[in-house]
Amino acid sequence: MDRPLDRRKFLKVSGMSLGVGALISFAPALAAGGTPVARVRNWFRRQNGEEVSPFNLVQLSDAHVGFQGPSNPTGTKAFERAIEVINGLNPQPELILFTGDLTHESETPGEHEKRMQLFKDITGRLKSKKVMYVPGEHDAALDGGALYRQFFGETHYSFDHRGVHFIALDNVSSGKPAVGAAQIEWLKRDIARYPHTAPIVVFTHRPLFDLRPDWEWFTRDGDEVLNVLSPHENVTVLYGHIHRHDVHETEHATHYASRSLIFAFPDPTTVSDKKPVAFDKEKPFKNLGLQLLAERSGPNQRPALGVDDVELTLREYAGTDGVQQISRPGASL
Amino acid sequence: MKRSITIALSLLIIGITAAIRLKAQESQPQVVSISAKRFEFTPNQITLKRGEPVTLRVSAQDRDHGFYQKDLEIELDLTPDHPSEVTITPEKAGRFVAICDHFCGSGHGNMKMVINVE
Repeated sequence: MDRPLDRRKFLKVSGMSLGVGALISFAPALAAGGTPVARVRNWFRRQNGEEVSPFNLVQLSDAHVGFQGPSNPTGTKAFERAIEVINGLNPQPELILFTGDLTHESETPGEHEKRMQLFKDITGRLKSKKVMYVPGEHDAALDGGALYRQFFGETHYSFDHRGVHFIALDNVSSGKPAVGAAQIEWLKRDIARYPHTAPIVVFTHRPLFDLRPDWEWFTRDGDEVLNVLSPHENVTVLYGHIHRHDVHETEHATHYASRSLIFAFPDPTTVSDKKPVAFDKEKPFKNLGLQLLAERSGPNQRPALGVDDVELTLREYAGTDGVQQISRPGASL
Repeated sequence: MKRSITIALSLLIIGITAAIRLKAQESQPQVVSISAKRFEFTPNQITLKRGEPVTLRVSAQDRDHGFYQKDLEIELDLTPDHPSEVTITPEKAGRFVAICDHFCGSGHGNMKMVINVE
């Protein structure tokens, strides 16, 4: 899939992806210079000493640690393999974003705590130590996020990294698919500090637009959130929840969904019922993760964003030695 | 004679009052009661008539739930202490799936019902 890129968009991509999520390179447009770009760069330098400069990040989503079911009897294997693959990257990603459903809920006393601890133990193997999280409904909806906060801290927050402003939004812990008035007010105050040209990455669990409401793929007040963000020109939204790759443009933002690390959901435009894609023991991670995003020449030599899949397999199922990455043109890994 | 007129007037007043009450009842939307508990709605299917107003009165039996159908503009938050209701007039025929959109546990994804409009 090739998509024309607006020159002002800063999310371009260097080769990337792992079949385990998305590895995204930021900032070449801003780092390249130009008058408005220079203003933003200088602004960030004045504000926090960080200048816009290229870097890589990985987005992971929906590990559902603790899930047991026929749609993936291998438990945490895909998740653990993803950690190994990320640790093999050179250079290492500076930042890892996990967009919710780290764990699968349990109402057995003490069990959800064990699952959260197991998740932390697995992510603790990452060489890259800057890992940021938002909750999914399976982590935080049954107790209002109380247990999640014990393990991972606040459910919404923001920070800057190399001149990019990152905003973690919680659209799950109220129990319903909503950000809520208080968080939207916080968001208004948070981004009011930034110029409209500043690069902004929002990461959250559910889509902020109506992707498939009867599958619960929406956020009730997502329109309000996007309205708050609308004055800003460089907004990218990273999310999970739908267990499949998706790219969607709204008026002022581009939305990327990461695949899951446990099971996939089908294309919602082709089926009426929301049921996980059946497990294939020959290809246990078929449809999981692996998307490649790469900048390449599109029609008329215009810059375009290419998205390719990379297939991840496991030796014990496919006879391959560890992870097999099938790189296609445009990949730099 | 005077007595007959009084009786006739009384009957007329009673008749008019009854007619007004009947008319008022006819203009009241039909009420459909729905029960919500983990992880089902009861009934799990209803049929409505296009262009006719209906009030959906939804009661949560056990804990908080949601009742959501985007196309029919249904968006209810349910709590066990009192029923929630919404009055709609479906304008388009079809099959609409309403869901619980308040995460309520491991079977939450299957908590839905069908609203047919014909």
